[in-house]
Amino acid sequence: MNIAVCIKQTPDTETRIKLTEAKTVDESDINFILNPYDEFAVEEALKLREKFEGEVTVISLGPDRVNSAIRSALAMGADKAIRIKTDSNPTDPNVTAGALAAELKKGNYDLILLGKQAIDDDHAQIPALLGDKLGIPAVSVVVKLEVDGGKLTAEREIDGAHELIECSLPAVVGAQRGLNEPRYASLKGIMKAKKIPIEEVDAELSADQLQVVEFNYPPQKNPGKIIGDSADAVPELLRLLHEEAKVI
Amino acid sequence: MKILVYAEQREGQLRKIAFENIALAKQLGQPFEVAVIGAEIADLAGQLGRYGAEKVVFYKNDSLGNYSPDGYAKILAEAVTKQGADVLLLGATSTGKDLGPRTASILNAAMATDCTHVEVDGDDLKITRPMYAGKVMATIRLSSAVKVVTVRPNVYSAVEAPATAEVQEEAAAVDFTTIVKEIISGAKGKLDVTEADIIVSGGRGMKGPENWHLIEGLAELFGAATGASRAAVDAGWRPHDEQVGQTGKTVSPSLYVAVGISGAIQHLAGMSSSKYIVAINKDPDAPIFKLADYGIVADLFDVVPRMIEEMKA
Ligand SMILES: Cc1cc2nc3c(=O)[nH]c(=O)nc-3n(C[C@H](O)[C@H](O)[C@H](O)COP(=O)(O)OP(=O)(O)OC[C@H]3O[C@@H](n4cnc5c(N)ncnc54)[C@H](O)[C@@H]3O)c2cc1C
Ligand SMILES: Nc1ncnc2c1ncn2[C@@H]1O[C@H](COP(=O)(O)O)[C@@H](O)[C@H]1O
Repeated sequence: MNIAVCIKQTPDTETRIKLTEAKTVDESDINFILNPYDEFAVEEALKLREKFEGEVTVISLGPDRVNSAIRSALAMGADKAIRIKTDSNPTDPNVTAGALAAELKKGNYDLILLGKQAIDDDHAQIPALLGDKLGIPAVSVVVKLEVDGGKLTAEREIDGAHELIECSLPAVVGAQRGLNEPRYASLKGIMKAKKIPIEEVDAELSADQLQVVEFNYPPQKNPGKIIGDSADAVPELLRLLHEEAKVI
Repeated sequence: MKILVYAEQREGQLRKIAFENIALAKQLGQPFEVAVIGAEIADLAGQLGRYGAEKVVFYKNDSLGNYSPDGYAKILAEAVTKQGADVLLLGATSTGKDLGPRTASILNAAMATDCTHVEVDGDDLKITRPMYAGKVMATIRLSSAVKVVTVRPNVYSAVEAPATAEVQEEAAAVDFTTIVKEIISGAKGKLDVTEADIIVSGGRGMKGPENWHLIEGLAELFGAATGASRAAVDAGWRPHDEQVGQTGKTVSPSLYVAVGISGAIQHLAGMSSSKYIVAINKDPDAPIFKLADYGIVADLFDVVPRMIEEMKA
């Protein structure tokens, strides 16, 4: 089975996002990691390779710094890596998806795995966009995946329920937490990953049609009120919720 | 600027966000129409009219009672063109987040996900959406001819504004590759955290799943959904679709009650835009208190039963 995994490098979840005076994101203090959802995608690819044999190729679009995320995926056990070179990440996910689709078309992939969402831009768009651009089925927010012959059965998390979807391969799958438990890279894996060359290709980027005009901090909340230090504060809490906040 | 509101239905029931987006379209002061896709849907016009829809177009296809990612997207893209819309509004629900980008891709349109504010600015839209799980807010512009926007549930309120909806039915014939075979509802009709107006969440302080009847009891009295911190989910006490936070769901209810949750940055990222936050925690230094509007520093096993008791009285 020939599997591609699209991965993004994102700030780690601990990171406090600082803004510059020009109201852009200040990247200087950010600790970058492999997008947590993409770890599930890599893990699923490795498990499928263990079952069906074949090859796992990780693909990432971005500037030089994303090579460290690529190395993390290789250290987990991916076989090959491609970086689509850009100066920065496009602001428009449709542009990213277009460039990824162009690269994916060159390989003969049976399955394309992604995270359901990148935790920086939070677009949650690329899996569905790739489905349309590649003209193949795409299912995202997947918590259970079974591949059998040319067919795939996916359980997808929706609001308050799950959906069961069946489709043919090749297909695009977006991974949600719960799909699996990503493995830690072994020391051997880390050493091996260092020797795998990262193939670099030039990006074919269309123009961004989504622009970020500026970033702002969310409105600050006023420091809260401690109503009491025992259950005796409960009537007052309920009164405030009813009369002051008017939410109950 | 003409707006098309996609009214999402699941198993023949309209989702609340459909009415919220009609309210938003009216607030934007632009002409708008509504589109519905499904098999047996004709009786939904009355409900849409009650919230102010003046024109509803049904795209009917007997084999599309269940959601089909590519099938629905083809129909919706055609609807945008046929109905002459420049803006497509969907809910940032599971379906909206799937259908939106596919439809946008067909139309070569740009899409903004999970928006919390939309305003008309000349003949353009100015959109606000949280990024980095709400750690920052981005002001967005879409420069494509058609603009696709998914709006976060619960941000705009549905407003009753009775109108008589003109109804049109179109037979929507498409071929599609993917369709939902089955909807597996763990707990049928369970209110999802992303749609709930009130959420009661429990964390590691709950000690174990056997104590969750307290969270559920309080949630029931509030008409709330139940949420959880990642610690509670990782421990296997709660299903992960309840997880609130950076790698869970981002929510903005009117009221968020955090019980035995410390308030780690990843948790706060998912719920800090709640209108009111209540924290119940025995540690006065827990970071959740910095964000909470109202806090009680005490043992949750005293406080929550007392809340249930007082609410029942
Ligand atoms: C990559 C990554 C992603 C993450 N994503 C998320 C996410 O999406 N959502 C999320 O929630 N977390 C997330 N986390 C985890 C986060 O860092 C915290 O570990 C987690 O939120 C802690 O959960 P908690 O508050 O329930 O537990 P704790 O931090 O252990 O807090 C328990 C609290 O309960 C209080 N308590 C204990 N007993 C009682 C009692 N009897 N009465 C009253 N109070 C009591 C304690 O004082 C304490 O404050 C993520 C972490 C990482 C590394
Ligand atoms: N620059 C990128 N390079 C490779 N894959 C990406 C990139 N951006 C996003 N992805 C993939 O698309 C998924 C969803 O991203 P998004 O739609 O941006 O939230 C991510 O989890 C990644 O798997």
